[in-house]
Amino acid sequence: MRVVLPSPLFSYTGGQKELDCAGETVAQLLDALESRFAGMRHRIVDEQGRIRPHIRFFVNADGINRLDHRLHADDEVIIVAALSGG
Amino acid sequence: MATRSSSTGGGSGRTGPVMLLVGTRKGAFIYRSDAARKKWRVEGPHFLGNIVNHLVLDPRDGRTLLLAAKTGHLGPTVFRSLDGGRNWKEAKQPPVFRKAKDGEEGRTVQSVFWLSPAHTSEPDAWYAGTAPAGMFRSRDGGASWEEVVGFNDGLYPKIKDKVGEVPDGSLLHSILVDPRNARHLYIGISSGGTFESADHGETWHPLNRGVEASFLPEKNPEYGHDPHLMALHPLNPDRVYQQNHCGIYRLDRPALEWQRIGRSMPSEVGDIGFPVVLHPRDPDCVWVFPMDGTEVWPRTSPDGKPAVYRTRDGGQSWQRQDRGLPAEQAWWTVKRQAFCADTDESVGLYFGTTSGEIWASTDAGENWSRIAAHLPHIYTVTAAPDL
Repeated sequence: MRVVLPSPLFSYTGGQKELDCAGETVAQLLDALESRFAGMRHRIVDEQGRIRPHIRFFVNADGINRLDHRLHADDEVIIVAALSGG
Repeated sequence: MATRSSSTGGGSGRTGPVMLLVGTRKGAFIYRSDAARKKWRVEGPHFLGNIVNHLVLDPRDGRTLLLAAKTGHLGPTVFRSLDGGRNWKEAKQPPVFRKAKDGEEGRTVQSVFWLSPAHTSEPDAWYAGTAPAGMFRSRDGGASWEEVVGFNDGLYPKIKDKVGEVPDGSLLHSILVDPRNARHLYIGISSGGTFESADHGETWHPLNRGVEASFLPEKNPEYGHDPHLMALHPLNPDRVYQQNHCGIYRLDRPALEWQRIGRSMPSEVGDIGFPVVLHPRDPDCVWVFPMDGTEVWPRTSPDGKPAVYRTRDGGQSWQRQDRGLPAEQAWWTVKRQAFCADTDESVGLYFGTTSGEIWASTDAGENWSRIAAHLPHIYTVTAAPDL
């Protein structure tokens, strides 16, 4: 599936904004991203499995807030760094 | 190594270039001086846009740097440099609390607030303190971190009823290691109090007797106090100083009761502040930076007139040192990690302000000059020999 990343994560991808990745759930997608870009998962999901406060996940433009949300191969997943202020 | 004579240094220090490691709300900077500490050049910003709470050189190897960072969006982590700041690598396992069991409320590290190298006999070991209050240990130079279970699952659940949230969360800081004994540790929790361990952090006991806690209803609570910073003198590790939310204190072990040495500060200035800085060779000499802790706690320099105060007799008397600092209308202050000393024969002092300035003295505080301005809000300034 197509994954779109926010600029705060570009240091992990070498500047790459869009990439293809796989996973049957958002959690599995994050595991796949972590295997390619070590350290990325911790920066957007905390140790209790909660999405960090200023990170948003959209699947086909629908906001989701659960890591067990099921994904399909033709989905588009957009990770957004939302307003954090200051 | 060159030497200079001095009436301000206490004798037998090194001389030479100094490196200042500066962490700000918007990134890190490294300032390097010439041998006279008069000219400075800046490297950075490193990690522009990151909140850098602490940036520390490992004195055991003189080249490893650890940097505690987070951004507005991303979770907290630790970066390491093995070459004095030229190249950086993120920790493969940053400090995190254990995953909660079902039905249990899990804790999340919001920021890594404090970094301390461990004992010289443990060359790759470090400690980290976090917000909310948590303690972590690395055994591999900061590449991976594990919980200090004796604190996170041992002490913390017992004291959490009196662990308070200061503006940046509850903070674990001032992880002090007794240079005579790697297992003997002190920590400060703001707020929560001061605690001591004799067994490498497995068990802890409170060490707050004599310290006031005017914000608590009890008169003499066992814990719950608000130490802003503690410092243990390397040449006399039984001498511990503390700048607290409720005054300046000294503890001479094996005594268990702190003495409020800030009572001898001028009453119009008071003894509230964040930092306390040790003279590298004289355990009776420390510096503080008072701030306004009256009424609504403005946390500015008192009356808009910033000054360092020094004692040379363990706190019996204090001298104001403000020559070169703004005489009026300067409403900044200095955070707890943002004031430090070097080890020069004529002791250098350095502080970073909440308004983004760095001030320096090369004569133990007698004269001050501004060496940097227009930086973001400064959280930490640490000095090290620039080898």
